[in-house]
Amino acid sequence: MSYNDLRHLADSYGLAAMLLIYLVLVGWAFRPGSRRHNDTAATMIFAEDGERIAALDEDKSHG
Amino acid sequence: MTGLTMRAGSFLCAALLAFMAAAFAADAGFAIHMTIVCLAALIACWATISRADYTAIARGILHMPDAGRYDDDVIRWGVIATVFWGMAGFLAGLFIALQLAFPVLNLGLEYTSFGRLRPLHTSAVIFAFGGNALIATSFYVVQRTCRVRLAFPGLAKFVFWGYQLFIVLAATGYLLGITEAKEYAEPEWYVDLWLTIVWVAYLAVFAGTIVRRSEPHIYVANWFYLSFILTIAMLHIVNNLSMPVSLLGSKSYSAFAGVQDALTQWWYGHNAVGFFLTAGFLAMMYYFVPKQAERPVYSYRLSIIHFWSLIFMYIWAGPHHLHYTALPDWAQTLGMVFSVMLWMPSWGGMINGLMTLNGAWDKVRTDPIIRMMVMALAFYGMSTFEGPMLSIKSVNSLSHYTDWTIGHVHSGALGWNGMITFAAIYYLVPRLWGRSRLYSLRMVNWHFWLATVGIVFYAAAMWVAGIMQGLMWREYGADGYLVYAFSDSVAAMHPMYLLRAFGGGLYLSGAVIMTVNVWRTIRGDLRTEAPMSDAAFDPARDRPVLAQSLATPAE
Repeated sequence: MSYNDLRHLADSYGLAAMLLIYLVLVGWAFRPGSRRHNDTAATMIFAEDGERIAALDEDKSHG
Repeated sequence: MTGLTMRAGSFLCAALLAFMAAAFAADAGFAIHMTIVCLAALIACWATISRADYTAIARGILHMPDAGRYDDDVIRWGVIATVFWGMAGFLAGLFIALQLAFPVLNLGLEYTSFGRLRPLHTSAVIFAFGGNALIATSFYVVQRTCRVRLAFPGLAKFVFWGYQLFIVLAATGYLLGITEAKEYAEPEWYVDLWLTIVWVAYLAVFAGTIVRRSEPHIYVANWFYLSFILTIAMLHIVNNLSMPVSLLGSKSYSAFAGVQDALTQWWYGHNAVGFFLTAGFLAMMYYFVPKQAERPVYSYRLSIIHFWSLIFMYIWAGPHHLHYTALPDWAQTLGMVFSVMLWMPSWGGMINGLMTLNGAWDKVRTDPIIRMMVMALAFYGMSTFEGPMLSIKSVNSLSHYTDWTIGHVHSGALGWNGMITFAAIYYLVPRLWGRSRLYSLRMVNWHFWLATVGIVFYAAAMWVAGIMQGLMWREYGADGYLVYAFSDSVAAMHPMYLLRAFGGGLYLSGAVIMTVNVWRTIRGDLRTEAPMSDAAFDPARDRPVLAQSLATPAE
């Protein structure tokens, strides 16, 4: 494969494939039901701190 | 006992091999380095033999660590190493800043010349201070978020000590003039090989701990740490592909030549910024900011978008270091476009960090550690705005090769990396040594202000110096000749260099206060001091209104 072939692959199919993978990975964060999962993940670092912090998170509405 | 003998024996063999290599070395630098390796192996051998618990071995007791506690020994060493190398790196930085203002400080010796001390400074702050902070915090965070002990405790100790050996070899090499002359990748081939071994061990410990986790989800901070470890491994290996002149000599030649070599170097160089100084420190941000603020991260979803956007974009930004060079024009434009696009996820991440304080903004006033974190995020935002701006070709034609670049780097390094690391150290030290609190919160406040004012002096001086320098270099007279000689621009920058050194001095003095604070906290001292904030109370006015005091006395 010559330099030119590689370069044209990079700015056509290669680029499209990378963009697609990126969009899928970002889209995955928006899948239905991800909000609850994200909330659990965001608050799990406080599990070791007991009940006090867990109560704080109840008023959070965003994902 | 056999395990102990094996370990001590292999250290002794390594020492012997290093001694042989030193004896038959092709050049003096290699001989000195192999002597250092030999000494390090002998110290390791001595430590193995003298620290072993022989009575336990004799009774056949297997010394098992307490499985009910996290494995924090390496982290404690790492925090001390971070403070130590930070002081060394900042001091070297102040010294070379003064060298630029007063060339006599080069001392007329090759070993203390600016050209050799500069890589010592950059590597000391990035790899020694930043690297130790990353290793220590990653081992802390991965254990807490996976809720398991480190996967391979012995290997983790090797990672720590192996990394220190790498730092010592790199630093002494710079002073001796052993260099590949590639920015941030100066160490020669054998030091690179050693770092590769250490880094693979680091990956094994970190990834092994994640694999053994007892939490189902991998917290986002670990994504950032893992991407940092993996990408640095890839960058380090590719950029350092080289052929040594002799297997017993310190000189090697790169596998690439000309513009390919330059592009590989800046692909490495900018991703060192993107994955070492950004992804790794963002991992700290995503754990320590929520923990200190006692609030979950503003948007976990945004943190995931932040992560994938940085991963997919940073890797293409390197060519912006090679604007208007022999690099093909399309590659330069590609680098510029991706750098400008990076602005968005970077600010998304900054907003995510800052908004974590939503509903707890009063902590900025009452908690100096939170204040440091907020300042770190503010500088993360500022330098990720300035970076894309500087990568635009027309701006770059003015800023490139000037001190504006130096100002940009330092607003990121001192402001973002430094401040978030200091905050993490202040968070970790009382917890790691089991103290009720830091020795002094007011000293943290002093550190915050000295560092902030120091950065302002530093960055402002370099902006002025850089733009002035850039404008002087491109100033043509009516007859088409350059108006200024290069030496004119150097002379014009002298006051800016003094201001920069002053700013660096303030930053260093803040770090001295941190060192004292950390030292006293580890010793278990508690400073008697007024709290940072309290509700207003004036005992003089805390009295009932008396009847006679209402009557005004006659004049």
